[in-house]
Amino acid sequence: MASNNNSSDRQRIAQQRLGRIAAHLHKHEDGNSGIIAKECKIDATGSTEENKGTVPRKRQEIMKWNGWGYSDSKFLFNKKGQAEFTGKRYRLSGMTLPSLQDWFENTFGASVKHKSPATPVLNASVVPPPRLNEAFVENLKATGIPFSNEAEDRLFRAHGHCLHEIFALREGKKFERVPDMVVWPNCHNDVVKIVELACKHNVCLIPYGGGTSVTSALECPPEETRCIVSLDTSQMNRILWLDENNLVAHVEAGIIGQDLERLLNESGYCTGHEPDSMEFSSLGGWVATRASGMKKNVYGNIEDLVIHIKAVTPRGVIEKSCQGPRTSTGPDIHHFILGSEGTLGVVTEVTMKIRPIPEYQKYGSVVFPNFEAGVACLREVAKQRCAPASIRLMDNTQFHFGHALKPQVSSIFTHFLEGLKKFYITKLKGFDPHQLVVATLLFEGDHERVLQHEKEVYDIAATFGGLAAGEDNGQRGYLLTFVIAYLRDLGMDYCVVAESFETSVPWDRVLDLCQNVKERIIRECKERGVQFQPLTSCRVTQTYDSGACIYFYFAFNYRGLADPVHTYEQVEHAAREEILANGGSLSHHHGVGKLRKEWMKDSISNVGVGMLKSVKEYVDPGNIFGNRNLL
Amino acid sequence: RELSSESNIYIYCFNILVFVTLQQRDPMLKRDGFEDILEERRNSSDLKYALRCYAPVLYKGVTPCKANMLKNIVLQSDQLHYVINQVSQESGEAPDIIQEEASVILEEMAHRLQISTVRFFAFALSKAFKTLFQHVCVNEEGIQRLQQAIQEHPVVLLPSHRSYMDFLLMSYILYTYDLALPVIAAGMDFMGMKFVGEMLRMSGAFFIRRSFGGDKLYWAVFSEYVKTMLRNGFAPIEFFLEGTRSRTCKSLTPKLGLLNIVIEPFFKGEVFDVNLVPVSISYERILEESLYARELLGVPKPKESTSGLLKARRILSEDYGSIHVYFGQPVSVRSLAQGKVNRSTYNLFPRHIPRKPMEETQSFVNDTAYRIVRLQEDNMVLKPWVLMASLLLQNLEGLELSVLTEQTVWLRGLALSYAAFLDWPDHAPTAKVVSSSLALHRGLACVSGGRVSLVVGEPLGPVTPEEALFNRAVSVLSCASYRNQVLHVFLRPAMLAVAMLHLSDEVYNCFSFLWDMFSNDFILCPGDIVQDFEEACYLLVKTGAVQMPQQDIVMTDIGQPTLSFFNGLLEPFLQGYQVVCRYLCEEASEGLTEKQYIPAVRSFYSVLCVFTGNLRCYEVLSSDMQKNALAALLRMDAVRKVKVADQVTLIVNKMAVNSIDDILGKNRMISHINQTQISPGLSLVAVAEDLYRDGLTPSYIR
Repeated sequence: MASNNNSSDRQRIAQQRLGRIAAHLHKHEDGNSGIIAKECKIDATGSTEENKGTVPRKRQEIMKWNGWGYSDSKFLFNKKGQAEFTGKRYRLSGMTLPSLQDWFENTFGASVKHKSPATPVLNASVVPPPRLNEAFVENLKATGIPFSNEAEDRLFRAHGHCLHEIFALREGKKFERVPDMVVWPNCHNDVVKIVELACKHNVCLIPYGGGTSVTSALECPPEETRCIVSLDTSQMNRILWLDENNLVAHVEAGIIGQDLERLLNESGYCTGHEPDSMEFSSLGGWVATRASGMKKNVYGNIEDLVIHIKAVTPRGVIEKSCQGPRTSTGPDIHHFILGSEGTLGVVTEVTMKIRPIPEYQKYGSVVFPNFEAGVACLREVAKQRCAPASIRLMDNTQFHFGHALKPQVSSIFTHFLEGLKKFYITKLKGFDPHQLVVATLLFEGDHERVLQHEKEVYDIAATFGGLAAGEDNGQRGYLLTFVIAYLRDLGMDYCVVAESFETSVPWDRVLDLCQNVKERIIRECKERGVQFQPLTSCRVTQTYDSGACIYFYFAFNYRGLADPVHTYEQVEHAAREEILANGGSLSHHHGVGKLRKEWMKDSISNVGVGMLKSVKEYVDPGNIFGNRNLL
Repeated sequence: RELSSESNIYIYCFNILVFVTLQQRDPMLKRDGFEDILEERRNSSDLKYALRCYAPVLYKGVTPCKANMLKNIVLQSDQLHYVINQVSQESGEAPDIIQEEASVILEEMAHRLQISTVRFFAFALSKAFKTLFQHVCVNEEGIQRLQQAIQEHPVVLLPSHRSYMDFLLMSYILYTYDLALPVIAAGMDFMGMKFVGEMLRMSGAFFIRRSFGGDKLYWAVFSEYVKTMLRNGFAPIEFFLEGTRSRTCKSLTPKLGLLNIVIEPFFKGEVFDVNLVPVSISYERILEESLYARELLGVPKPKESTSGLLKARRILSEDYGSIHVYFGQPVSVRSLAQGKVNRSTYNLFPRHIPRKPMEETQSFVNDTAYRIVRLQEDNMVLKPWVLMASLLLQNLEGLELSVLTEQTVWLRGLALSYAAFLDWPDHAPTAKVVSSSLALHRGLACVSGGRVSLVVGEPLGPVTPEEALFNRAVSVLSCASYRNQVLHVFLRPAMLAVAMLHLSDEVYNCFSFLWDMFSNDFILCPGDIVQDFEEACYLLVKTGAVQMPQQDIVMTDIGQPTLSFFNGLLEPFLQGYQVVCRYLCEEASEGLTEKQYIPAVRSFYSVLCVFTGNLRCYEVLSSDMQKNALAALLRMDAVRKVKVADQVTLIVNKMAVNSIDDILGKNRMISHINQTQISPGLSLVAVAEDLYRDGLTPSYIR
């Protein structure tokens, strides 16, 4: 059990670390509370004990009901036509971004005059009335576990962040099916009770963690006639214990990424697991979707990080009997749960690896003459297995996009473009501004090692014509990741729809896949009557020994289209087909959900699907976990 | 005249379908107009033209690649390295040595496109074309489409191949319109012409050996060379799907090797798409006209040599009429492959390791090849003479000029209603059209005493019966090369007509028998049998030659001329195949080798002809028909090939050949010559039923 009496050195590091997280995340006001290790008492749910998590039961109190993130943070074009980011949470907060409007209008052929505002308030009539299972409700009441069947709570949990979901919310469209009630278990035992009651009364359960799904995984199956209960894990957000000898922590699965890092940091540790959604996504969600973190090169992906998983299924609780670092005991049962997307049960507690906070952290960036050179460099870095904690390659479009986010007054972004232009004319002669791409880097470790590592990577980059382009440039690259979802909301205010999707692919196919997918999108948009050139952009976000993860952004101005969401979906579908035809995987880390179910058979073979089905059938014969993802 | 019940269903289903497909084809048949590119050449300086600024648009703005750089890319490719190592391991030679071999192969193969040489050709060809031809006509809209296509995706130009002129002509036209010059796959035989070979190389030709079956290294160098050019889009790639010049002016069944190579990068995701552009080059008179006839009759083709080319100068003094070059609509491989080939099957194998194409891919490529050749056919321009030649060949004894004129007008109407691309002079009286056609082709036909007949060359000295036959055959085959140009327009209804007139009991079955039998001679897309049958019905109904009341196909009162013309059109083929069957049944010896086959059929026919005196199927003397007939019999398992030592021997299943002969020969004149071999009790209907037991899938005669 760790607490505040660690050495002052560690405290200092922890503070530093916190500062950094805050730097690219948000400024959390209460930064010095210790880790609470406590047992879930039978009556804990009813206790008045203060919940230290960021996420309240009523999420809508701090988060948008029809967009991304916190209610107080959003992009808008002010009266002067300049973009600004409201709120105080992010480093861009309160700043104006003078180049964003030009970039936006030029890229999409959009205009700030053509607004497409969202419905301002939730109209309760879009939410169908709850179909409650009275017996279940009665039994649930007896346990004291809090629940709600208010329209707002239920609607909030009826969707993830797919374009069509957010679009429907903004337009005030009627939802065919939403959860009939929401329950907030406070601990593992609560979950056991809920699952037992659900089985007893044949109620459909849909686990809900951070709600950041982009695969329609949270969508309620419209054909579901039973009472649907959304099981919100957000109140199960404690670190139950921390073992410094073995460097593991035992954590409740409802904890969201930022809280987990913050709490561990206070003790001088971190998990190092930083998916782009970490502000809101939960540990249980990561396990259920096989999440991947930005710094997986040092810390590994979620499957490398978990030591022990406890999950509640209709058959009972599944967990291993020891915490051995590796076992040979038949197929790893963790792998039935990892990626099960809420179809088998609820992950309640996870033991995961922790690491001391690294002493030193440094951003960096390298400019390459073109995407080909950049990919070749990343491939070489992967081959030599010297990838920094994070290494990403943004294409030219994304490079320009990043620049459009340059704030007016900022020490970090000052005069970069001008600087680069000079740089370009003097030293980089021969770099075409419409071709060049940038790799962003993040190094972590001992001060000395970081510098050494940095040199190693820059030396490799140099052999591919890459030139170091500064820390600021690198940091801005990562910033884009965290504000991109807010930017989508801005786009939707001005008739632009946008989405991202990802894949993983062997190294030798990276270039062709990027090229062909972009071309396919452009062609499909044209064929489907999209009047404006779409934005297609990609980056290589992860490197592996044998391949890479590619992340695409895709957006277009939908003015003139009758059903932009449908058009968008058709294009995304075509893009996925193109990915699969070019040797890409169905998903690297977003998962399958319901959005990509149709390709499962082709992806894992009929026998593979049969295996998963038989597991589902054994574990959950009554289809209590009836979100119908995956299969 | 009842159709079998199975056929009825097909007819009902496909009446609708064919209507739709024909309507779909119709927009394609709205053809572009032509511009004469020689007109400007006659009015302005050729030298200035040859030296003008040439700055074509390129694929996605790539800079053209120097020939040496291209070679380096190929030699350093993973693909080639893999094969080099493989060959090295198999042969025990050091990889360096194999690499050196590869480099030599590439040296021998690669083009060295130079703009100066192109300019030389631009100048020289301008002069030559103006002397030889009245017009060189190009559809400019096609050129615009091509220009667009070149910028979007790698382009493969697929011209028809009737003459040596073809690829010089292509490059000439592309230069004229400021388009990227193609690199052209040419047969190694050109390299025999020392100087000319190098000139061609410098104008963009690359040379491939005619056969390199088992040579892995050669194949690797070759395919990687072509793919590198394609992937990088440095230049359009041009080759002839037919593989060689068609000596008969019929389109040849496509060869798939190069098409496989250029399509593969799409399947492997190395390019987003590949545009195939069919190009139809129609000559009013072919330079090689009489050469071809002799070649088909077994006088060997002269070896390509520079001195031979110079001797050919005399052709410069003749009038060869016009050339029409039609650039078709670019065909996107991606769209064609949609739903037919699952590209993800390429995901599990490293892309640089050569691999035999999968079945699915093979049949796709085969299908594509046939479709492209049909597109070439569709846009071939036909001259009035082509119609006249078809009529003359059905009247070898000659025709009254007035009758010929009248029938030509009739045939013109028929051809037009079948969407033939006929270049009939506007506002000219028919008599004028006929007489000027006869004038241009005076070497083939002459008018004497108001009768038109074929010209037969008279050699000096006494003439043996064989020589007379040969001379007669030369003139018939030359004439046939014009008739052949119109066959693709009439083929399907003509097969139906034959099926109706001679084999009327099971019209669909007989049609499909003919379809199958002739699929080496004509371009019949694999698997399109039902569609072709429907098209035939549709066309015959459309022109009023037949009616289809309920479940019948019935000739109308006015249908007789049409059907009998069609019957006559295919008669030479039916007879030719029958002679081959007869030969195999009656004369072929036990150990007949493949090599002996052609001369043996020839002498069989000569003997037959000399003895009976009244045979008219000269076309069976053509090696082309003999090969096609043999291929058909092999395909139908009536003949088998057996390799004994290094000889290929033909084993004839006489029973099967006989039944085929029987179906072909019912009511046909040759059948009365020798009826002894026909097996008793083998009725036509029984054979037909046996052949098509499964309705559409022919279960071949065993």
